[in-house]
Amino acid sequence: MPVTMPVPDAGLVSRRDEIVAGLRAIVPGEGVIATEREMRPYESDGLTAYRQLPMVVVLPSTTDQVAQVLRYCHERGIKVVPRGAGTSLSGGALPLADGVLLGMAKFNRILEIDFDNRAVVAQPGVTNLGITQAVEYAGFYYAPDPSSQIACTIGGNVAENSGGVHCLKYGMTGNNLLGLEMVLISGDIIRLGGKHLDSDGYDLLGLMTGSEGLLGVLTEITVRILQRPQSARAMLIGFASSEAAGDCVAKIIGAGIIPGGMEMMDGPAIRATEEFVHAGYPLDVEALLIVELDGPQAEVDHLLERVSAIAQGCGAANLRVSNSEQERLAFWAGRKAAFPAVGRISPDYYCMDGTIPRGKLPLVLARMREMSATHGLRVANVFHAGDGNLHPLILYDANAPGDLERAEAFGADILKLCVEVGGVLTGEHGVGVEKRDLMPEMFNETDLAQQQRVKCAFDDQGLLNPGKVFPTLHRCAELGRMHVRGGQLPFPDIPRF
Amino acid sequence: MADLFKPRDQKDVAAAIEWALAGGKTLEVVGGGSKREIGRAAQWDLTLDLSGLSGVTLYEPEELVLSAKAGTPLAEIEQLVASRGQELAFEPMDYGPVLGRSMGQGTLGGALATNLSGPRRIKAGAARDHFLGVSAVSGRAEIFKSGGRVVKNVTGYDLCKLLAGSWGTLAAMTEVTIKVLPQAPAEESLLVLGLDDRHAVAAMAAAVGSSGDVSGAAHLPANIAARILGAAAAGSAVTALRLEGVPPSIAQRKQMLERLLKPYGVMLVIGEAGSRALWQAVRDATAFAATDGAGRPLWRVSTAPTQGPEVAAKVAAEVEAELFYDWAGGLIWIALPPLEDAGAALVRSAVRSAGGHATLVRGPASVRAAIDVFEPQPEALAALTRRVKESFDPKRILGPGRMYAGV
Repeated sequence: MPVTMPVPDAGLVSRRDEIVAGLRAIVPGEGVIATEREMRPYESDGLTAYRQLPMVVVLPSTTDQVAQVLRYCHERGIKVVPRGAGTSLSGGALPLADGVLLGMAKFNRILEIDFDNRAVVAQPGVTNLGITQAVEYAGFYYAPDPSSQIACTIGGNVAENSGGVHCLKYGMTGNNLLGLEMVLISGDIIRLGGKHLDSDGYDLLGLMTGSEGLLGVLTEITVRILQRPQSARAMLIGFASSEAAGDCVAKIIGAGIIPGGMEMMDGPAIRATEEFVHAGYPLDVEALLIVELDGPQAEVDHLLERVSAIAQGCGAANLRVSNSEQERLAFWAGRKAAFPAVGRISPDYYCMDGTIPRGKLPLVLARMREMSATHGLRVANVFHAGDGNLHPLILYDANAPGDLERAEAFGADILKLCVEVGGVLTGEHGVGVEKRDLMPEMFNETDLAQQQRVKCAFDDQGLLNPGKVFPTLHRCAELGRMHVRGGQLPFPDIPRF
Repeated sequence: MADLFKPRDQKDVAAAIEWALAGGKTLEVVGGGSKREIGRAAQWDLTLDLSGLSGVTLYEPEELVLSAKAGTPLAEIEQLVASRGQELAFEPMDYGPVLGRSMGQGTLGGALATNLSGPRRIKAGAARDHFLGVSAVSGRAEIFKSGGRVVKNVTGYDLCKLLAGSWGTLAAMTEVTIKVLPQAPAEESLLVLGLDDRHAVAAMAAAVGSSGDVSGAAHLPANIAARILGAAAAGSAVTALRLEGVPPSIAQRKQMLERLLKPYGVMLVIGEAGSRALWQAVRDATAFAATDGAGRPLWRVSTAPTQGPEVAAKVAAEVEAELFYDWAGGLIWIALPPLEDAGAALVRSAVRSAGGHATLVRGPASVRAAIDVFEPQPEALAALTRRVKESFDPKRILGPGRMYAGV
């Protein structure tokens, strides 16, 4: 494993029986799992290259139990790794050998549906799609729609600030989150927000979003729901080059149009997907855009015309518009199945998640082709074109010696490139363990120290999900130290009045 | 009058904070100073005036992104993006009228530090939702950055969110990056006349819960409607719904809403110019401009939309209150007579039972020194707030006491 995790505390591991008994006193019966066979399913998340059995698995079912478990661990210096459905692609839920794995699967109920206030209150283990399914009888839906939406949980979505293909227009999880209840490692229960808008103090709700399980354990979540647009139609637009497709994306947005979704796939991704789901994608193009326009019929018709004209102007090789809901869904079925489709043409694949300024796409794709040759591995690209979030899928064979290491080196090169062109390491999958050691590509020591000080405000001993996000662990006392220089103004010429 | 630092660049800001840190001095961080009277009335040793850090450093309309020095006038930015058919979709309100200042004095940094928004909050979010990246100097006099220039980014904690709405108490922002969006080519508003508060909130819930894509939903009781709309309100309460977009879309949505709201009451439509004027008045709460009634205490309450009328009724049962609703009922502006505590006990008790929070945005300094201006927090949250403050500003030199005593 190229990323090293904190060295397990032998003292804690030797007290395992006592800890298991202590946890059983809080969460009775099947809520504590301690046999190797039963803990095996928890050894990794969606980033299967990393595996580690936890010391013990706890599956609480009430906020009070979560608070007691965390307090128990805090008092004894035991590390805790929270886990939702385990679909993380960055190893965010990778267990620790000397840590408790806190599974939130039993928090699987929707607590309240409030159409008048357009809000749903759910427990964190409810799936993303589960929220939409609970409200769609009244025409409502929950907008963020990550590809893993049938499995991933809303708690995990908050932890990663998940997006999806519609977040260009409707925002990511953070923009659709109204409130939450969480438990700090100290056992303190904190409620933020509610059905009202905006925070009354510091925006801790915003901070929690995308905090990757390092600040608190979510126990209740309130999200905003929306009425479905009256109509939606998707367009498939093929181009001879990704440059032309990228140009088209820029021109659509430059024309003041924000589509409901705007996705791009490159040649290898198109062909793998078409073979798998037969979505009707053209095979003779090197880049394919899926543009979805939604709203009232009149608006959709109007925008279809404008986008078609722009696409023709950019030299589109072909263009199809969905003529039925079934056809629209078929267009999307390909995109949503892109990862498994690529999984069919390669024994393994490694999914990256950088975000770049849209205009840099042709440059990044060209450089990626060069890297593909250098590293000797193929790459297929799916791309949230509207918001610049790139998902290169590096094809490799885990059974071929050295392949995984090459794939990881290739991935790191791609992410460094993303940062180099003004982008970021991760758009929605999180830093986790996977990109942890790349953080210095984006942040200097002061930047990272400030983030870690915020972590200390929530978790004074660094017990919650350690080894994730931050490349170097520091003690809070060390981070809090200050070296104030003498009382002289170092730049005495600052204008003073 | 407190001493004033006017840094020219980020290095100056760091130097000033380092100096304050060494000498144990406190700093009031301001941009244009347009919202200085909001918050607890505390005393600070010096003012750190960031208005010298001005200028747009990056604007790429096709990437929907803009970066500027924190002290750049908001008006300058709004003008620049409008010249490319774009806008700040969070529709930042201008506190000028309410605070008795001229309009257009705010800076971009100030808009973010106070997490401004407007009627479009219900659809497009607040400043926080558009805040992509920041470079700032902490109360440790350390220069740090967070976020980036792309919309989708979960690389590290989103410290921009923490700085949004921190009222200059965590760090002095020096350069910020925001998302900009295309302006809608047209707008109209649909007015329903004569509804009482509860029916108005029900009508607004139906409208914003429909596929009508409403980008503003406000209810003005008759006295307020007359002040804003004059004779056009015909002496009635006015419930207003804004529709923005391309003309064919507006036309279709308007028809749909007219069908939906028919049971509620008589409707009329106002065109672009009238609609713009109306929503600017709602945004800036001009009905409670400081010139009117010489600045009675003014509260801004955020609650669940359906709770709006309950909160209002509880307050109005006790004192003579004037109020109106934005955000489909979820935002209530309440002007009260000059009470000893500016009505804090009353408003807080009403909000506590409904859920949400209340801020005294205008009140005499003597009252703002004595009561909580922002919503008081339960102990565990208050303790967390203090620890977050310390993580940026351990010596509490940046605007201590502005949000909460000792923070």
